Amino acid sequence: MNTIFKRFAAGLIVSASLTTSAMAAECIAPANPGGGWDFTCRTIGKIMYDIGAVDAPIQVTNMAGGGGGLAYSTVVNERNDDEDLIVAASSATATRLAQNAYGGMTADQVRFLGAIGADPGVIAVAADSPYKTLTDLLDAVKADPKSVTFAGGSAVGGFDHIKVLMALGRAGFNDIRAVKYIGLDGGGDAITQAIGGHVQAVTGDMSEVVGFLKSGDIRVLAAFTDERIPGFEDIPTAKEQGIDVVAVNWRGLYVPKGISDEAYQKWSDALAKVAASDEWHEAMVSHGLAPFTKVGPDFQNYVNGVIGEIAQLSRDIGVIK
Amino acid sequence: METLSLLMDGFAVALTPTTLFLAVIGCILGTIIGALPGLGPSNGVAILIPLAFSLGLDATASLVLMTSVYYGAMYGGRISSILLNIPGDEPALMTTLDGYPMAKAGRAGDALVLSGVASFVGALLATFGLILLAPVLARLAYKFGPAEYFALYILAFSTLGGIASKNQAKAAIAACIGLGISMIGIDNNTSIVRFTYGNLHLYDGVDFLVAIVGLFAVTEVFVFIESHGKDSAIGVKLGKITIPVNDILLCKWAMLRSTLIGFVAGILPGAGASLGSFLSYSAEKAIVKDNSMFGKGDPRGVAAPEAGNNAAAGGALIPMLTLGVPGSGTTAVLLALLMTLNITPGPTLFTDRPDVVWGLIASLLIANVVLLVLNVPMVKFFVRILMVPPWVLLPGVTMVSFVGIYSLSGSTFDLLMMIGFGAMGFFLRKLDVPTVPIILGILLGNRMEDNLRRAMVISDGDWTFLFSSWIAIGFWAAAILGFVGPMFLRGVLKKPVPPTD
Repeated sequence: MNTIFKRFAAGLIVSASLTTSAMAAECIAPANPGGGWDFTCRTIGKIMYDIGAVDAPIQVTNMAGGGGGLAYSTVVNERNDDEDLIVAASSATATRLAQNAYGGMTADQVRFLGAIGADPGVIAVAADSPYKTLTDLLDAVKADPKSVTFAGGSAVGGFDHIKVLMALGRAGFNDIRAVKYIGLDGGGDAITQAIGGHVQAVTGDMSEVVGFLKSGDIRVLAAFTDERIPGFEDIPTAKEQGIDVVAVNWRGLYVPKGISDEAYQKWSDALAKVAASDEWHEAMVSHGLAPFTKVGPDFQNYVNGVIGEIAQLSRDIGVIK
Repeated sequence: METLSLLMDGFAVALTPTTLFLAVIGCILGTIIGALPGLGPSNGVAILIPLAFSLGLDATASLVLMTSVYYGAMYGGRISSILLNIPGDEPALMTTLDGYPMAKAGRAGDALVLSGVASFVGALLATFGLILLAPVLARLAYKFGPAEYFALYILAFSTLGGIASKNQAKAAIAACIGLGISMIGIDNNTSIVRFTYGNLHLYDGVDFLVAIVGLFAVTEVFVFIESHGKDSAIGVKLGKITIPVNDILLCKWAMLRSTLIGFVAGILPGAGASLGSFLSYSAEKAIVKDNSMFGKGDPRGVAAPEAGNNAAAGGALIPMLTLGVPGSGTTAVLLALLMTLNITPGPTLFTDRPDVVWGLIASLLIANVVLLVLNVPMVKFFVRILMVPPWVLLPGVTMVSFVGIYSLSGSTFDLLMMIGFGAMGFFLRKLDVPTVPIILGILLGNRMEDNLRRAMVISDGDWTFLFSSWIAIGFWAAAILGFVGPMFLRGVLKKPVPPTD
């Protein structure tokens, strides 16, 4: 009875999402519709089919829970050799893996496929703030950590928090437990706290600050990218200001660990084709993403490096032991 | 006058046949979604987003469709609250308190019409508020830091006694159960996992929709089974629908006051419609001279929360459009829709995309009129959906509840949890403990804690920071009055009225 009901309910939902082929490959978005992971699956999946990189439309499944942990455990435990499965991932996935937030599962239990776009990390202050450059702000923290509170759209120990700590570390400030950070329910919320004068600085992604930047309510002190962000050439990078940090919220995919090398190669090729397509460039522009293409083993190495650094910082601030 | 000409341009967009058609469709779908337990505005909108995309609608059209569904669901939620004592969605929670007793007393039709009118007043005035004040009111959100939010939630909890008609201690216990449940999941301030016992399904905490559907719909099924369907609460009679002019006139001030409270609650990010209807109800009960009928079918107890939650729905659009900060769960989904349509909400939206904003506002006004027509003269159509015999209706409600909850997360764990909540609700009902405060605890507990902890980080643990602004002090004063006041005033107020029960 139970299984009949399950099938019935699943059938309802599948038909509601207007998908046609049951044999098609599947992309799991580990969150509800509307967020970044959902965007990754829907956009990349659609373009893959439209440009002919895959034969059948890719079906998107939303599997929210545990900040992506539920999807991760499903892939590791139940679908480890499913060659027709890709899963959306981002910097948040790497952060949570580094902090052991997926109930003991580790990054080496899947294969990271690639990232083909990124939302650049930025640090901003209210327009009337006394801090004019990133150095001003970091110096103020160094002089008196209590004088500056950072606000960001992710929880304590999340990627927005980590970005600030990375920058301070490069600037030679290592008492990172003294740094004050509050996590809010999204970048927009964090920015209103800064404009209202409740906090001194905001750490977030470029897409979150664009509206407030245009209206003149905030000033972006630095972008954590290699080069200045296309379209926002007047924002200096942290590197230019002597702080060597690249921290972007990449949008990418992982695949199950147990699939064959041929299948991994097939997906890598399909993803690389999407990265080179005009459709993807359009989608990136309209979603405020900057180019950031790393596919295959290159990307796996990058993710491993990022996870290592985040794990170390997280131990230092006491988020993990 | 510029506003007026912009609004006229907006009507030019909204009155095209396609847009108008979408608004009507959206209103009907929304009302049905709102009336079905387990499906509320936020998952209703989320479920219909793929529809908007597959129809290939442009930005304005999709936005019109989705906001009509949103407003429709806010109207529709009251129908099952009144007829079944099961809130159709979370903001309709407070409407059960007086709406259902009214229905049981044979005045279901009056309650439905009155709440429809109250919804209309709240939503219409809030839409005018949105037109006139959006840019100004957006600045209000800047004034609210962690200290102010914490004081606001304290105010909400300290007036909790206001919703308990009989035993305030039991209401307090229920609120504590809710607060306890809200602690489950990842703690935002330390990323430490609490009370999950290693179960990944609990990492995001307990979804309040699971709790609502469990505590109300599933509990109702258990009660029905126990009584073998004999004297089940379900299945109130609905006679001929007339306009209860006297009730509407009696409630006119209640509606206006509640509209204001709901509207302000809607503007504040993170407060939302549920808090709006809750505060409206508590305030109304505190203000009126003779509140002995509250909880037993007072028309003002129906009008106040409905005006409040519909006004909050309009208010919540303000921070979403002008700041890109959602004021409620549904506006969060709408925000995601806007982003997907390549519209970046924020301070520049009103100047960058006037066609979208004013088209939207004009269609909100149209949607309101459509909804009044649907919900007052034609309310029988929606009632009929719920008016089948209990032995058909209850299994139906159960099925819709299961599908609704399953569609949220696609996880069977949530279904089991929902049944757990149903069992809990059954025993709490036996003990005469109200379940509404539990939901409020789950709904507001996390945010209250988060804001306290944020305030403590900012101030380095200095508790006087919580009283550092006039806004915060005002909320604290109101909270203390709301909590302590009734204890002293009760004797004074009740003296002239001899005890009747």
